[in-house]
Amino acid sequence: MPRRVVVTGMGCVTPFGNGWQTLWDNLLAGRSAVSEITSFDTSSFRTKIAAEIKNFEIDTLIPRQIYRKFDRFSQFAAAAAKLALLDSGIEPADFDRARFGVSLGNGFGGINTALLQTETLQERGEKRVSPFCIPMMLSSSAASDISMLFGLNGASETVSTACASSSDAIGLAFNRIRCGMADFMLCGGSEAAINPLILAGFSSMKALSEKNGKPQEACRPFDSERDGFVIGEGAAMLLLEPLESAKARKAAIYAELIGYGAANDAFHLTQPDPNGLGLERALKAALADAEIEPRDVGCINAHGTGTTANDRVEAVAVRSVFGDLAERIPVTANKSMTGHLLGAAGALEAVASVATLLHDEIPPIINLKNPDPECRLNFVANVSKKAPVETVVSESSGFGGHNSVLIFKKFKG
Amino acid sequence: MYFEKIVEIIANHLALDEEKVKQLTPESSMKEMKIDSLDIVEIIMKIEDEFEIEIPDDKLKEFQNLGDIAKYIQQIKES
Repeated sequence: MPRRVVVTGMGCVTPFGNGWQTLWDNLLAGRSAVSEITSFDTSSFRTKIAAEIKNFEIDTLIPRQIYRKFDRFSQFAAAAAKLALLDSGIEPADFDRARFGVSLGNGFGGINTALLQTETLQERGEKRVSPFCIPMMLSSSAASDISMLFGLNGASETVSTACASSSDAIGLAFNRIRCGMADFMLCGGSEAAINPLILAGFSSMKALSEKNGKPQEACRPFDSERDGFVIGEGAAMLLLEPLESAKARKAAIYAELIGYGAANDAFHLTQPDPNGLGLERALKAALADAEIEPRDVGCINAHGTGTTANDRVEAVAVRSVFGDLAERIPVTANKSMTGHLLGAAGALEAVASVATLLHDEIPPIINLKNPDPECRLNFVANVSKKAPVETVVSESSGFGGHNSVLIFKKFKG
Repeated sequence: MYFEKIVEIIANHLALDEEKVKQLTPESSMKEMKIDSLDIVEIIMKIEDEFEIEIPDDKLKEFQNLGDIAKYIQQIKES
């Protein structure tokens, strides 16, 4: 008998600051965290904006002696994991730590370390490359850093499916608990990839918004004037456990995770299948996994990057799966405000989805002035919407045709 | 003077609090400072840069405490 799985803790490190409540307040208020890039000189770049974490507060969460050996993406992950643990009230030492695991998604791993050490190698030679180069740049380092930091001896896994990474990481953690392979999972994603190489790489693909003049209005998912996504950075982690365990320890249960589906387009390196077939399959798989019908869905948290291709294809997939219901189901998306957290985006949006269920309020898609007629859906545009929501579907897609869907349900004790 | 500079490099590398730094003596061992096999490699790189010397890899094992490093540097610099 599969176990029911609930969310009992959330932790976020976002361009709005630390804590999931901070994220939630800003999303509801429709604020954008996008501004001019300050971490490096962008004068020769076409895109000069991002949603950076400008003053990362980590010292109150993780000792400096420890985090100095973590790449920035791992520092974000560790801080978000600590916040999720604090939020859940769980002290891992009180439980069987061999059954307490980590599942973490990221796209670019410790790329900051890789770039810095490449520079050292070129300028000063082999003998000056740091012995911490490899342990800090491994994409698995954030998961292992979290395991070590909190003494978690269960499975520590890293999932990399581009911008669907953290949704898949949560989906895999969900399955581990559901089938009894683990009792607690810290799961989510982290990304710290706002650097010259990544900016140039995405620019070269014409994937980024170049609306540098008005940074806060640059990311415009589903709008006719959209011209690309805006890079963001940060981490979001959820604490998952079986319903029975949450009840036994009288935990505050935020929501139940009821379904997960994944599928690949098998179509192109970067372009989504124009008919949205991969996302359609992932949506159908998640609905089947959750044993619910399209009519049971109360809100869709779309991937909504603000690229021409993604948004149109996403609307096609949603209309294929939901048919006429697509006219009625409210659709939101968070990236117009947070920027695109890449491998951490799905986890951030999972947090927003859970908060939607908790508060019966749907945050808006901002900068949506003239919806693209090709993306016709029931958007929550520009201002948040109060509405009772029982079930949220959260969609993520990534380059390489990755699609991943999570379904959260309101928990009623 | 070698000792003081070594302390500065190590304190910086390990992100030690000021209190801890004050307690360091030539007898302070690598073990008690929790300097592991990766730390020592990076610390030695910084020492090599600072004093413009080269320390052969096989010497690393011989450094049990801060005094050992200071003595070794003095020996090279003054020979």
